[in-house]
Amino acid sequence: MAETAPTDILEMRGITKTFPGVKALQDVNLTVRRGEIHAICGENGAGKSTLMKVLSGVYPHGTYEGDIVLDGENAEFGSINDSEARGVVIIHQELALVPYLSIAENIFLGNERRRGGGAIDWNRTNQEAAQLLERVGLKEEPTVPVSVLGVGKQQLIEIAKAISKDVSLLILDEPTAALNDNDSEHLLDLLRQFQAQGITSIMISHKLGEIAEIADRTTIIRDGQSIETIEMNGPGAPEGDLQDRIIRGMVGRDLEHRYPERDSHPGEEVLRVEDWTVYHPTQQGRVIVDKANLTVRAGEVVGIAGLMGAGRTELAMSLFGRSYGRDISGKAYVHGKEIDPKSVPDAIRSGIAYVSEDRKHYGLNLIEDVRRNISAASLGKLAKNGWVNEHEELKVAGEYRESMNIRTPSVLVEVNKLSGGNQQKVVLSKWLNTKPEVLILDEPTRGIDVGAKYEIYTIINKLVAEGKAVLVISSELPELLGICDRIYTLAFGRITGEVSVDSATQEGLMALMTQENQS
Amino acid sequence: MTGIASLKDLFTRNLRQSGIYIAFVAIIVLFTVLTGGTLLGPTNITNLVLQYSYILILAIGMVIIIIGGHIDLSVGSVVALTGAVAAVVVIREGMPWWVGVLAAVGTGLLVGAWQGFWVAYVGIPAFIVTLAGMLLFRGLTLQVLNNISLSPFPSEYSRIASGFFNGLLGGAGYDVFTLVIFGIGILGFAYNSWRNRRARISYNQAVEAAPFFVLRLVVIAAVVMWFAWQLATSRGLPLVLIILGVLVLAYTMVTKHSVFGRHVYAIGGNLAAAQLSGVRVKRVNFWMFVNMGFLSAVAGIVFSARSSAAQPGAGNALELDAIAACFIGGAAVTGGIGTVTGAMVGGLIMAVMSNGMSLMGIDQSVQQVVKGIVLLLAVAFDVWNKKRASATR
Repeated sequence: MAETAPTDILEMRGITKTFPGVKALQDVNLTVRRGEIHAICGENGAGKSTLMKVLSGVYPHGTYEGDIVLDGENAEFGSINDSEARGVVIIHQELALVPYLSIAENIFLGNERRRGGGAIDWNRTNQEAAQLLERVGLKEEPTVPVSVLGVGKQQLIEIAKAISKDVSLLILDEPTAALNDNDSEHLLDLLRQFQAQGITSIMISHKLGEIAEIADRTTIIRDGQSIETIEMNGPGAPEGDLQDRIIRGMVGRDLEHRYPERDSHPGEEVLRVEDWTVYHPTQQGRVIVDKANLTVRAGEVVGIAGLMGAGRTELAMSLFGRSYGRDISGKAYVHGKEIDPKSVPDAIRSGIAYVSEDRKHYGLNLIEDVRRNISAASLGKLAKNGWVNEHEELKVAGEYRESMNIRTPSVLVEVNKLSGGNQQKVVLSKWLNTKPEVLILDEPTRGIDVGAKYEIYTIINKLVAEGKAVLVISSELPELLGICDRIYTLAFGRITGEVSVDSATQEGLMALMTQENQS
Repeated sequence: MTGIASLKDLFTRNLRQSGIYIAFVAIIVLFTVLTGGTLLGPTNITNLVLQYSYILILAIGMVIIIIGGHIDLSVGSVVALTGAVAAVVVIREGMPWWVGVLAAVGTGLLVGAWQGFWVAYVGIPAFIVTLAGMLLFRGLTLQVLNNISLSPFPSEYSRIASGFFNGLLGGAGYDVFTLVIFGIGILGFAYNSWRNRRARISYNQAVEAAPFFVLRLVVIAAVVMWFAWQLATSRGLPLVLIILGVLVLAYTMVTKHSVFGRHVYAIGGNLAAAQLSGVRVKRVNFWMFVNMGFLSAVAGIVFSARSSAAQPGAGNALELDAIAACFIGGAAVTGGIGTVTGAMVGGLIMAVMSNGMSLMGIDQSVQQVVKGIVLLLAVAFDVWNKKRASATR
């Protein structure tokens, strides 16, 4: 059975990969057909990225057990260079571009187009880069530095870089995680075009809708093991909703409801924002948030729906102690009393808490333990005359570990040892301990797995049941529809609509989110 | 078996912390053997304390700066400047010794405020600000001293570095006072450890097994009392050691238990997250440097008192010793990690090596090479340890 069926471009057999103390992969099998788009799904920490690192030679041959058969030949990659020579190219989740180099320089980094004598052939570099940019549908000059481009465009440059290497098997690790819907759609289109050109793609993604749309087959990985491969279309496809089918495979159980039930009893108004206007911090005169008005009541979850760049995060951060923007005007009230938080400590004192969309960069001190992350925003409350009451701190951390169900052997463990979902619970605990009146949650479930999402929703429900006011920013419309009472839509810095969740539909929201200048 | 597990824990889980203590002991043993026991003789131990005290004082301030994610290259010049100011006040103007001390401390605070202003409020990287400061304050030292050394200090001033407490409580061939002070220190330490242990147990946190806890205390007590005995049979308790002891205690408390200390760790660990958690980053950065200026002044006073003179070239390259002490002591180059105790042990490792090699008559040039390699290995160990930790993740 050494011979691979010619229709399969890749077969990984019995892959086992152990790290000291942990079995990351156990007897994983993966078969990819030539020319298909193959999705890989699994909860965070299931082993998807590890499997792709084995495939691409990041973990060299010999550090794992099992066989990789590529194009019918055994593959023993010692490094990424080896795998790229065989046409296997991986695009990692974190973009690996040099911000100060041009698009063309980035595309050919490590693979420079040279003239005799080793000097770089700039004409060829820029010309070939322009061709590659056209193939990925990016209208930019090759000489533009990467730093001025948005995340979506940077992702396309990564892809251009990949196809510059004669790729036959393209691996994308959560390519759309940071992209807005338009950019994601463009990227998926691109994958379909590549498919037509004979390039096989393996895509890791958490976005099930996207997978259902594009994948030919989906392999599910759970706890380091390959569970099953599902045919996504054609006669072999399972009955019923594909997304529910995948979720069932991922969590190994039925998730009856993706969003927990909640009785909604909104009380009096807690937060009121009037005519809130924010200008761009460096670009003179550019309005980022334009006369926004909104209210949140006690015991109410209010959503803000908007595409990336609509000003969602900017609105939240400018409210949170002017952490973003300049020339901020407008009024904000908490419990009817006007507040003017000029700094983060002011905002915290006014009863506002802001949970950032990027917990690793803005939410946590990763090298510090769970306990100290939880106390980080409320040290003043835990201290007397400048000295921290550490017993109290430890006690408080233990209580949150209990009430938020933070899965860690101890609160003295560094947070970078925790999974994404548990890290997010630590961030939430940190803000809850400031005893806020209003919680602004910016993408509270980004990058965490299905099971943990459910837990976060449950926590949100518990908070509003206790009478807190919660403002949720999310780019996932089903999520907003699942957990909110009311949803504001934000487009180009303006609030374009306010919809009660009972009457809201994804299509209706999307129309409001893309609504340009209204007079 | 919990006992075995905790013993293993002691060595593996906290290798970063325990590794340096093991290295410290190994280096002491090595040089004790190589010097035929002279290293640990009463006279030499006393000398070691006197000779390296100001580096340790600088390392206290430096480790806080490094935890905060900065660096201070100017402390050698500040040591010279504060010493020079004290000399001008005391020697040239003939004022009492304590006026000189106050003037030096005032100068240190001003220097710290100056550098803190540029780092915190203007946003210039500390590397640049303190590199400029290194030139600036060296130049000012030359100005203040008119390019000549001032000496000698009156004996009241020199006493700061070379004074001893001896015979306060009498003793036959050994100083009882020294032993009593150290005894009290050990009791305090034991009580504090026991209280922490109790607290951790009551919050259901893991603690080492009771026999190990007791064993650890006994070993520490024995070592410290032996050290005290060496001092007591030599010249008694050096005043400098008391200054150093108070500073180490105070700053261990500040870094571990105060809001300020926590904010320093938070800023070094993740600046953006600290800012969004309500830490007043600018203010904390500013005070970090003011504090460094203060400790530089203390070091400057001890340094000038020890040589009983203020020289234009005093304290040259001291910043490098202080920085090396921090990194050998486990501080992270990227900030957010480090302890005062670690920096002290790091400084002592350097002190024991220099002293040991000097006793052996090894040439300065070789000493420099060895110190350089030790610094490199210490940081390499740190990097390796981090990789190991992330591999087990």
